Amino acid sequence: MEKIKSNSDHEHGYGLYVLVWLALVTLTGLTAAVAGINFGKLSIVVALLIAIVKSYLVLTEFMHLKTEERTFRIFIFVALFFILISLTLLFTDYSFYTR
Amino acid sequence: MTTQEHAVENVHRDDIRSRMGMWLFLFSELILFGGLFLMYSVYRYMHQQDFSIASKEMNTFLGTLNTVILLTSSLTMALSIAAIKKGKKGFSIFLQIVTILCGIAFMVNKVIEWSHEFAEGNFPGSSILANKPSGQILYFGMYYSMVGLHGLHVLIGMAIIGFMTVFTIRGKITKDDYVKLEAAGLYWHLVDIIWIFLFPLFYLIT
Repeated sequence: MEKIKSNSDHEHGYGLYVLVWLALVTLTGLTAAVAGINFGKLSIVVALLIAIVKSYLVLTEFMHLKTEERTFRIFIFVALFFILISLTLLFTDYSFYTR
Repeated sequence: MTTQEHAVENVHRDDIRSRMGMWLFLFSELILFGGLFLMYSVYRYMHQQDFSIASKEMNTFLGTLNTVILLTSSLTMALSIAAIKKGKKGFSIFLQIVTILCGIAFMVNKVIEWSHEFAEGNFPGSSILANKPSGQILYFGMYYSMVGLHGLHVLIGMAIIGFMTVFTIRGKITKDDYVKLEAAGLYWHLVDIIWIFLFPLFYLIT
């Protein structure tokens, strides 16, 4: 319904950017606050989850991935997928060495 | 008059592919930092205790402040593009300068942090650090290489935005042609994303 405009260069209001910034700063505060609580092994998971949410906001809003062509999103997905593969293979390998 | 305007519209330009080119470059940056993040994860996995002890040396307040500064600079960068799209040249230039000033503030904080670390003897090659357990030496090794490389990117980003400001003043970046500014913005936001991960990984280890 909203995508009546065929122009890919959407008009961005200042307001949305300020809202995204507020969310990012709040999440930063949350990470710093949560770091004081000891979740044990879960601490790193919580910290990384917050970092992923923040990156998602920067990618979609500030870097305009939301309004960019689909090809861009496929590129990112492939790039991140390969990093994930590297990480998985690396840790499969290391779990054999350390035990 | 009308013919001139018509000619300008027909200049061969493909902004979408220009941005795609920038994204492809950003992926090479992702590989560069990705490798370091992989190395970090293995070292941390092997030396969990030492990483936790070594990270206590970090100034969490300055780290959090720097995160907020960099996020704010990302906001002003995004706003400067929105402003030029609306044809507000002066406002866009102002926001670009604020972005550069945020970058300077970030680097000043880094200098304060690093001078403190150096005074404590936590620098590569120091005898104090050499006597610490290997996990802590690795932590500081990773800290200086990753945060240092990121700092270098902040400096380069500031220089690029500086050029963009000059282009905007000279009228090379306009309401109808701002893809250069967008590319600079993409670079700056990537630098921001890398810091979003560096911050919890080096400052907030419990």
